[in-house]
Amino acid sequence: MTTASNLPLEPIADAGDNAVLALRPPARRKAPIAQVLFGTIGNTLLTLATAAILLAAVPRLIQWGILDSIWTATDGSACREASGACWAFLRAKFRQILFGIYPPDQQWRPLLAVTMLFCVILYSLPPRNWDRFLVFLWCIAVACFLVLMQGGVLGLTLVPTAYWGGLPVTLILAVSALGIGFPFGVILALGRRSALPVPRILSVGLIEVIRGLPLVSLLFMSSIMLPIMLPEGLTIDKLARAGVALTIFSAAYLAEVVRGGLQAIPEGQAEAARALGLSWVDTIRQVILPQALQKVIPPLTNTVIVMVKNTALVLVVGLFDLLSSGKAALADPSWPSPFAETYLFIAMIYFVICFGISRYSLYLERRAAAGQVR
Amino acid sequence: MPFSVKLIDGSVGRSVDPKAEAAVQMIDVHKWYGEFHVLRDINLSIRRGERIVICGPSGSGKSTMIRCINRLEEHQKGRIIVDGTELTNDLKRIDEVRREVGMVFQHFNLFPHLTVLENCTLASIWVKKMRKKEAEEVAMHYLTRVKIPEQANKYPGQLSGGQQQRVAIARSLCMSPKIMLFDEPTSALDPEMVKEVLDTMVGLADEGMTMLCVTHEMGFARQVADRVIFMDYGQIVEMNTPDEFFRNPQHERTRLFLSQILH
Ligand SMILES: Nc1ncnc2c1ncn2[C@@H]1O[C@H](COP(=O)(O)OP(=O)(O)OP(=O)(O)O)[C@@H](O)[C@H]1O
Ligand SMILES: [Mg+2]
Repeated sequence: MTTASNLPLEPIADAGDNAVLALRPPARRKAPIAQVLFGTIGNTLLTLATAAILLAAVPRLIQWGILDSIWTATDGSACREASGACWAFLRAKFRQILFGIYPPDQQWRPLLAVTMLFCVILYSLPPRNWDRFLVFLWCIAVACFLVLMQGGVLGLTLVPTAYWGGLPVTLILAVSALGIGFPFGVILALGRRSALPVPRILSVGLIEVIRGLPLVSLLFMSSIMLPIMLPEGLTIDKLARAGVALTIFSAAYLAEVVRGGLQAIPEGQAEAARALGLSWVDTIRQVILPQALQKVIPPLTNTVIVMVKNTALVLVVGLFDLLSSGKAALADPSWPSPFAETYLFIAMIYFVICFGISRYSLYLERRAAAGQVR
Repeated sequence: MPFSVKLIDGSVGRSVDPKAEAAVQMIDVHKWYGEFHVLRDINLSIRRGERIVICGPSGSGKSTMIRCINRLEEHQKGRIIVDGTELTNDLKRIDEVRREVGMVFQHFNLFPHLTVLENCTLASIWVKKMRKKEAEEVAMHYLTRVKIPEQANKYPGQLSGGQQQRVAIARSLCMSPKIMLFDEPTSALDPEMVKEVLDTMVGLADEGMTMLCVTHEMGFARQVADRVIFMDYGQIVEMNTPDEFFRNPQHERTRLFLSQILH
């Protein structure tokens, strides 16, 4: 930490002949590294403590992760004898971790499906691609995803959702929870701010009930209660039931975030749009929502990241998302259950996705700020 | 040109054809905010091409009155007829009226997330269903009229107050309105910017636009108004030609108000 007092004073400018005409802003000089680390007693203590912890931990981590680790092995016996990390397990099992119990000879299908989904996500990132075609593209992409995964048509063997697992399950749950949850969240947010009593009461009721329940209980309810409530003969797929629960849950949370943004828009904006003759829908779509969403990019990102990680909770209803596939892979008795390695690998995948979302939101924020300097 | 301001037939310069159909008619209009009686028995008929300036103390209901004309506020009693269309709860008619009536606000109310050009094309595209290119031509025409075509690709936050208000005027004109409402268009501006906005409004008046303008710029009233209205406590206290209004106010309240405002 540095305080203003220990930064060197900047000379404002050399008072040359024409200094008055155009002065450069004083250069922002960074404090020298030694001063950052040892500038004050507090900083010195913090630096020493951190160094001690690193000195103790890093060599052991290197010993475990690199020096003593096993990289290649056909079965678990080598790992059992070694004291280091068993990376060979990941090499042997990564397909099972990524795709669960999906039939191994068919695993090109989830691989293709996931790759396609990632491509569409990448295409969706730049705001200039946000148009009607993108909505169309997403419908096609999700349909292709489901056909590829499920099969039963086009000469693909049928693989029921009970055999799906790993990354595709996590991705499709996250995509539907957020992709369908978001428009519903917007509708709930608008409903909650409506002057009409019926939509307002419905929205408030739904949001408050959903927010009052833990996600786990919502997942149980949709997976156990829904089949009981439905008429005889009509069944909904287990994965779809979990998807519905996640979608409702994220809609309620997104609704509250969006409502915060709506509240920040001055009344004059809607008045100006209405005075121009814009319909209510166009006023919301063209004037109010774009501004409201720009204002809530940080909390929106937060909810999105939380929801991506929340998909891991579907393990409580017996679905195999990425996390539970990893756990299932660990159950193989011929390997010595390398928990740390497996969870590190899964954590890395989650981190890449969530960190990507976080960086993307920063980009959106900067882009929004660029236009509106005051 | 397809997008020039519609010149009203018979309105050449400052003379107005008295037989022309009324642009706005308010008959026995009342309005309440809860228990508070904001508008009391407003009767007003505005001919096409007529320029009206409305003044009065703060809270007297000036804004409320002109906001009733494009239904930003709802009246509860009486009739308001705009360009032959009566304002009722019929949403379709309200939209029709709003297309014919432009409004300029005290605080500009430009859309900060859109560029100046996009501000001006938004309604053309979404209300008139114009093609983007065509809408942009219309927008550039009016931005040139208000003398800021070079700012088209900036965002409102990058402009001065006077420039923003001129954009707001251009934005309204892009819908080719028959009637323009101004609610204290210069009172949020720094003094040196008032003139550029008033000049734009004078230009508009010279072209025969029907205008209702809430303002305390009495020089503007003298220069362009056909009639000046003085409001107090939700009533129209006095209505007269600018000459008579300033030279010979009839009511004590008008005199008091004028003495305060003209120092
Ligand atoms: N939404 C509202 N709810 C309740 N009262 C309101 C509302 N809007 C305005 N009023 C009241 O109605 C009265 C008239 O308001 P209005 O804005 O028309 O006045 P004005 O003549 O335009 O004043 P100003 O010169 O300050 O703009 C004021 O006393 C105001 O407090
Ligand atoms: Mg007012």
